[in-house]
Amino acid sequence: MTTTGSIGRRLTFLLAGVAGLLSVLSWSMVSSFARQAAERTQDNILAASATIIAETLRNEGGAVRLELPYAAFSMLGAVSEDRVFYHVEAGGETLTGYENLTQGVASAPPGQVAFDTVIYRDATLRMARITRLVLAGSDPVPVTVSVAQTRNGIGEISTALSQTAAALSVAFFLVAVFLSAIAARTSLRPLTDLAEAVSRRGPSDMRPLNRAAPSELAPLLQSLNRLIARLGQSQRRSEDFITEAAHRVRTPLATVRAQADLALHSASDTEEKRRLRQMIRAVDESSRSAGQLLDHATVAYRAEDLVRDEIDLSQVAATVVAALQPTAEMRDIDIRLSRCAAPVRGDRVLLENALRNVLDNAIKYSPDETTVTLTLALEDGHARLEVCDEGPGLGEGPFEDLTLRFRRGANVEGVVGSGLGLTIANDVVTAHGGRLDLQSHPEKGGTCVAFVLPLA
Amino acid sequence: MRYLLVEDNAELAEAVVKRLELDGHAVDHAGSLSAAEDCLAAANYDLILLDVMLPDGDGREFLAKSRPKMDTPVIVLTARSQVSDRVGALDQGADDYITKPFDFSELEARCRAVLRRRGGSARNEIAIGAALFDPTAGTLRHAGETVELRNREIRLLEVFARHPGQILSKSHLMDRLFSYDADVTENAIEVYVGRLRKKLDGMGVRIETVRGLGYRIAAS
Repeated sequence: MTTTGSIGRRLTFLLAGVAGLLSVLSWSMVSSFARQAAERTQDNILAASATIIAETLRNEGGAVRLELPYAAFSMLGAVSEDRVFYHVEAGGETLTGYENLTQGVASAPPGQVAFDTVIYRDATLRMARITRLVLAGSDPVPVTVSVAQTRNGIGEISTALSQTAAALSVAFFLVAVFLSAIAARTSLRPLTDLAEAVSRRGPSDMRPLNRAAPSELAPLLQSLNRLIARLGQSQRRSEDFITEAAHRVRTPLATVRAQADLALHSASDTEEKRRLRQMIRAVDESSRSAGQLLDHATVAYRAEDLVRDEIDLSQVAATVVAALQPTAEMRDIDIRLSRCAAPVRGDRVLLENALRNVLDNAIKYSPDETTVTLTLALEDGHARLEVCDEGPGLGEGPFEDLTLRFRRGANVEGVVGSGLGLTIANDVVTAHGGRLDLQSHPEKGGTCVAFVLPLA
Repeated sequence: MRYLLVEDNAELAEAVVKRLELDGHAVDHAGSLSAAEDCLAAANYDLILLDVMLPDGDGREFLAKSRPKMDTPVIVLTARSQVSDRVGALDQGADDYITKPFDFSELEARCRAVLRRRGGSARNEIAIGAALFDPTAGTLRHAGETVELRNREIRLLEVFARHPGQILSKSHLMDRLFSYDADVTENAIEVYVGRLRKKLDGMGVRIETVRGLGYRIAAS
């Protein structure tokens, strides 16, 4: 399965991205507003200062006289520590102030304040100019008052404001990211819940999902239910098919076997009898293999998604022993079972199947009139169910190979078998988190197969 | 014993009927569930052999439906060997199940086990000399004493009991006693005959050796 990233993460990133964009935007807007406001304030003060100076211009004996008011400059000093320059000229002549301050700057129209940004002595200055007509003698003389100030203070103020704005923006951004993550998780919760509900199901649970879901999930829920229904249907169909197929194959086999059996009864020729026995053996072999192949498939299918009911292993043992008792009796083999309560977690059908295969093996390989012993005991957190026979044993090792598919022991000549029995048992036990122990019977030389399973 | 075989495959049914009759049983055959109902209404059976897949329905459903009013033991003939399927049949009221194709000795063993569990029935006892032989319980009763027989002894004595006075060859007896995958010689028969002789001692009956031909049971 390939994943194309997480919806939650994508949603978080998207929301955080929007928040980031908004943060940057708000920061730049606040910064520029702050700068503009500071500049406007400076302009107003410069204008006020220039106006005050212009107000003090007087005509005194035909000449323009000026008395610089201190207030005009202290006003500027109140705003910042910036340096202040000024220049007053009357009819093109400098009355007072810095000579070259107004060089190259167009004169303002009379009665209006004009603003300029000039570079003077390597510093950027903001300058307000006002021109007034003063009667000197008979003619009105245009007098221009220029007041300028460096912009360092303004810069500082606006930088400080901009920094505060940046800090606020970052904080806003972080809160937004946190809220985005929560929002993403909350809105994805129904999806996670749905996934959990599906994965909690047992392998054969084909009921539709009946649960409240947000309207966005309704189509998913519907198609999921349709899929489950189809799956259940196809599973039923394949089960029916297997049953039907088994029936069709096994019924003629049963006919062949019964007919051969009948023929064996009326046959007198030894050679003929031998052939008929071979025929019966072949039928038994094919039916046994077919059964075990089916068992193996069932085990593989059920072990994939194991049912974990609490079951008593001693009951499993008793059931299987009861089922195989008549088979053992046919050859006067005794089955002895000593047991105690042994609760384990797992699939009863699988465990019965596994034990049945092992016990069936034990009976098959036992000589007539011997005993197969089943011992169920508890040992440090595990249940150990041992099946021992008095048969020929496992021969030379390694025994582990015997749990491989279609692998049979070295000394099994003359016994019908497919070599799947131990594989099935091993698969079942492994799926239950246990193990299968194979060893030779310590005293009588037969085989001991032990199921070791963790206790519930 | 009287069997009812419910099986829709005519060839298989014919072979099973013949084979069970060889063992001295009476067998009625029903090819469908409705025919089985007719048979059950008309006669009493010791045991029913019930196929699962029948033309007019599922044998297990029939079993579940008729179980409350029917007391006869039932052995289900199933084509599947999965444990779950077998367990299902037992839950629905079958006494046991056997997978097709089946060994008649195993069928016999299972029938005997089922009947024994159900408490047996007196009318299956066979008189042998002065003793009463119960093949189901596997016992010989004589003069207030009960002798237990092992499985092969039961089967051997049953063959003798059904053919009183007839000479039975070793090879014939062997076919009845050993399954086909067991590699045994005819000498093994001598062992079981020897044991039976010991258990029949003093019961007014003995197994004679007919040199070169086999054995025969006769009143002593």
